[in-house]
Amino acid sequence: MTTDDEVIMLDTPIRLDYDFSAGEAQSRFLRGLTTGKFLGQRCPVCSKVYVPPRGSCPTDGVALAEDVELGNSGTVTTYCVVNVPFQGQSIEIPYICAQILLDGANLSFMGLIQEIPADQVRMGLRVEAVWKDPSEWGPTMASVKYFKPNGEPDADYDSYKEYL
Amino acid sequence: MTARADVRSGEQRPVAVVSFAQADNSRREVRRNEVEMLLPVVSEVLGRVGCTKDDMGFVCSGSSDYLVGAPFSFVAALDSVGAWPPMRESHVEMDGAFALYEAWTVLRAGDCDTALVYSFGRSSPSQLDRVLALQLDPYYMAPLWPDPIALAALQARALIDSGKATEGDFAAVASRNRAAARDNPKVKTELPDYTAVSRMLEEEFLVAPLRPHTVPPITDGAAAVVLAAGDRAREMCSSPAWIVGLDHRIETHALGARDLSASPSTRLAAEGAGLGSGRAAEVDVAELHAPFAHQELILCEALGIDPASGRVDLNPSGGALCANALMVAGLVRIGEAAERVINGSAQRALAHATSGPCLQQNLVCALADDPGDGEGS
Amino acid sequence: MTDIDDEVLRAQHVLEFPYKRSLGPVIGAFSTGLRDGHLLGARTRAGRVVFPPTEYDPDTGEDTDGDLVEVGPSGVVRSWAWTDRPRPDQPLDRPFAWALVQPDGADTSMLHVLDAGSPDSCYSGMRVTARFRPFAERVGSVRDIEAFVPEDAT
Repeated sequence: MTTDDEVIMLDTPIRLDYDFSAGEAQSRFLRGLTTGKFLGQRCPVCSKVYVPPRGSCPTDGVALAEDVELGNSGTVTTYCVVNVPFQGQSIEIPYICAQILLDGANLSFMGLIQEIPADQVRMGLRVEAVWKDPSEWGPTMASVKYFKPNGEPDADYDSYKEYL
Repeated sequence: MTARADVRSGEQRPVAVVSFAQADNSRREVRRNEVEMLLPVVSEVLGRVGCTKDDMGFVCSGSSDYLVGAPFSFVAALDSVGAWPPMRESHVEMDGAFALYEAWTVLRAGDCDTALVYSFGRSSPSQLDRVLALQLDPYYMAPLWPDPIALAALQARALIDSGKATEGDFAAVASRNRAAARDNPKVKTELPDYTAVSRMLEEEFLVAPLRPHTVPPITDGAAAVVLAAGDRAREMCSSPAWIVGLDHRIETHALGARDLSASPSTRLAAEGAGLGSGRAAEVDVAELHAPFAHQELILCEALGIDPASGRVDLNPSGGALCANALMVAGLVRIGEAAERVINGSAQRALAHATSGPCLQQNLVCALADDPGDGEGS
Repeated sequence: MTDIDDEVLRAQHVLEFPYKRSLGPVIGAFSTGLRDGHLLGARTRAGRVVFPPTEYDPDTGEDTDGDLVEVGPSGVVRSWAWTDRPRPDQPLDRPFAWALVQPDGADTSMLHVLDAGSPDSCYSGMRVTARFRPFAERVGSVRDIEAFVPEDAT
């Protein structure tokens, strides 16, 4: 780029390719998704269940070895209403991005909420996972379409306040 | 920067390496991610001195996000230690040897008595030659995408042109390091078995004048060290490896403005660490971070070590030429040297770590079984 | 316990960034010079000419003279390293030598490539000259120099 006749900027694009490997714990979680299951791991010291698991307890620094199969139900601990469109988006805006604490887990993860008007989503909302057709399951969170309300009464604040 | 008096208490507490552990140095760690590789290493290094993470006053790590391809990857690595209760922690985007330098300054300042230093790196998932091009000047050098072997080759040519070494000397360095590496159970980089210099000189050039035996293998690895100060070190280890000098110097990043056949920053770092004026030649063991064979010769000249004299046991681990886990190999040099002081096979040791292209910056660490032994203490 | 295949999962991951860098007065002037087919260096207070130019003297840290001086276009190879296997994005896609080239009038050298045809034609101390791309292809990058070539070949 030039201003008048001077060169004042240069393009210096970079590209790096990686052969990424998920590690043992994350691979087990992703493999679980291929069978329609959420797998967490339990810490032998503090007994917390982490999902998705990373092979170590972030509090105690010990290896996690025990797989725990979690169900499909959980609680919305917090959420936001997204109005910003992005490139390649296939979801209608506004949409809800929420932190979902699966029953039995001690760590929430991010998910999409659908089948409820955006202004009715609230903390404590009880939800369940809506999976894609089993033929479309793969080692990816995209095997889950979204989470929808499951009709249960809202969870008590005390039951999830530590996960905010 | 050299050792300074502690401004708070006026006390100069000696700091020692009391424990060292490393993962296998392998060509490719496919199964485990960085956290999973680090967990057993951290566990071992703490276990050797009967400590847990809660006994560490400071934690410092060395790694590079570019190897993982993800920003803040070093934050996830803290899972291998367990960051609760909240801990005093820091990180350098450099080899763990430089994380050790930071931890040493914290202990010297009297802020705490113990520190855990760890480093990790899987070079195998990345295109390492491209990753390393990104440490270069972004205007003048990186746009040409030179690979690290090309840059090292320019340095090797400069060394040959200076008359100070020949390709045969490079092969002799490789031969000696490989023989030592065969005895190191932590080196699992599948090196060829031959040692005859004549056969090595028949290899085809990678980038002339460098042949395969003069360049390091792509290596995945992890390592950790525990530092302790004063009496705490004596409680944790019966024969601590006292850091009696530590210094780090850097040259310009403009390759064409340097004399590549010498290493003035290593010479200065050695002086700062109390090992100048020939004192480096009096150590029992020297672990030099020379990923390329010709660089060991350059470093020996800068340090005043004559490899032929046999006085100094040079790279008994096999050195970085045989196992070069990026971000780890420098810390491993310090660990290997310290280990020999701890186990009593050496009274004085020198460890060196480097960073940047062609030995651009260099750290020298002087270790001894006596905390009073050294100008830098 | 779920029966999960034990294999670790792998995937290709690409990191791309389209950086646009502002240059400042010194590198900007150097880049403008390249676009116009000139090699420019910076003079230090001690009278040395740093090439490629920096805003500071690498030895003392002092500012260099803001008015760059022309050097080259010919110079001397200070070191070289032949490669038979160029890698992606490197300046040439045929065998070449990496080189540190010190243009006439400069006291330091620049990293670039030598298009000499064969390693037998390369030696430290040989004289080379910059071969620029056609003007229409230049943007002010060091790649505006396609390669250095033996001086007697021009």
